[in-house]
Amino acid sequence: MESNPPRRRRRAFDWSTATIAIFAFAAAAAVFWRDGPEHFLAILGSDFTLLGEMLPKVLAGCLIGAFVTLLLPRELVARWVGHESGFAGLAIAALFGFILPGGPITIYPVACAFLAMGADAGAVVAFITSWTLIGYTRALVWELPFFGSDFVIWRIVEALPLPILAGLLARIAVRTGLARMGDRA
Amino acid sequence: MTLAINIMLWLVVGALGLGAALRGRVLLNDGTRDGVVEFIHLLPRIGIGVVGSGFVAEVLPKALIAPWLGPESGLTGVIIATLGGALTPGGPVIGFSIGAAALKSGAGAPQVIAYSTAWALYAIHRLLIWEVPLMPARVVWLRAAVSLPLPFIAAAAAMVLARP
Repeated sequence: MESNPPRRRRRAFDWSTATIAIFAFAAAAAVFWRDGPEHFLAILGSDFTLLGEMLPKVLAGCLIGAFVTLLLPRELVARWVGHESGFAGLAIAALFGFILPGGPITIYPVACAFLAMGADAGAVVAFITSWTLIGYTRALVWELPFFGSDFVIWRIVEALPLPILAGLLARIAVRTGLARMGDRA
Repeated sequence: MTLAINIMLWLVVGALGLGAALRGRVLLNDGTRDGVVEFIHLLPRIGIGVVGSGFVAEVLPKALIAPWLGPESGLTGVIIATLGGALTPGGPVIGFSIGAAALKSGAGAPQVIAYSTAWALYAIHRLLIWEVPLMPARVVWLRAAVSLPLPFIAAAAAMVLARP
């Protein structure tokens, strides 16, 4: 009845992680060399505390993402955000971006499923932008530990109109021929 | 605060798990397995990202942050911050930790918002590694193109709505 989104094989370690590992290792070595072992250990300790605080939230976020991906009635969603859906479709796509949790592994396949079921590029752009900028799991799991709630809420308020704006810009680009999407499946 | 968030997130997990269980044991098992597998795959990235982020933030050239990205830096600061965001590698936490460190070292809030918005929307590294393999390339480039002005709009909104 329901089709699973396409899955991508992945390894636990990739180029993205390797790049960051190189940055992190160089920075750690610089701190050790510049400020001495005591300061190095103090930073290491606070980083591990932060990590310990984040892990239960990350696990919760992963489980929420997995369940929502399995439970989501994608056919229904696609009808709501189809390319005849007008402004309401953009707003609904943005709302889905807000409520749908998960990382890039779950969100892009869902966006692809929307496209395959007839959602227009504008709705997909609104959806991804919304998930990126105002998605609640992303904010709670990743952003809050660094910035604190006042700053995050303030940032999200400013980001609220952006998903719909991005969706409108994408539709204008497609309609005026600035971007071609090819034949719709 | 962190406890309240944990409770809220785990209540959502419980509700979704119950929803899955009501539709069949298989769905509950599948969801749990997918979520745990995802978590295990993320672990090394988070570990390196979070543990490394403290050190990366520590070596940021703080003397340069206030003049280039401070509240007085205006549009120039927003442009630099947006470029910086686009060029920062796209792990789960690295952009947030650099943004937070810059804020503590004297960067202006609108500039930090421009940075984290640009990083979230179109870190070049993330577009190439995650999005292009998973999405039709035309949609990815269209999305990146229409996202170009968004960090500026977010920063402008941050300048208008003064920080609480």
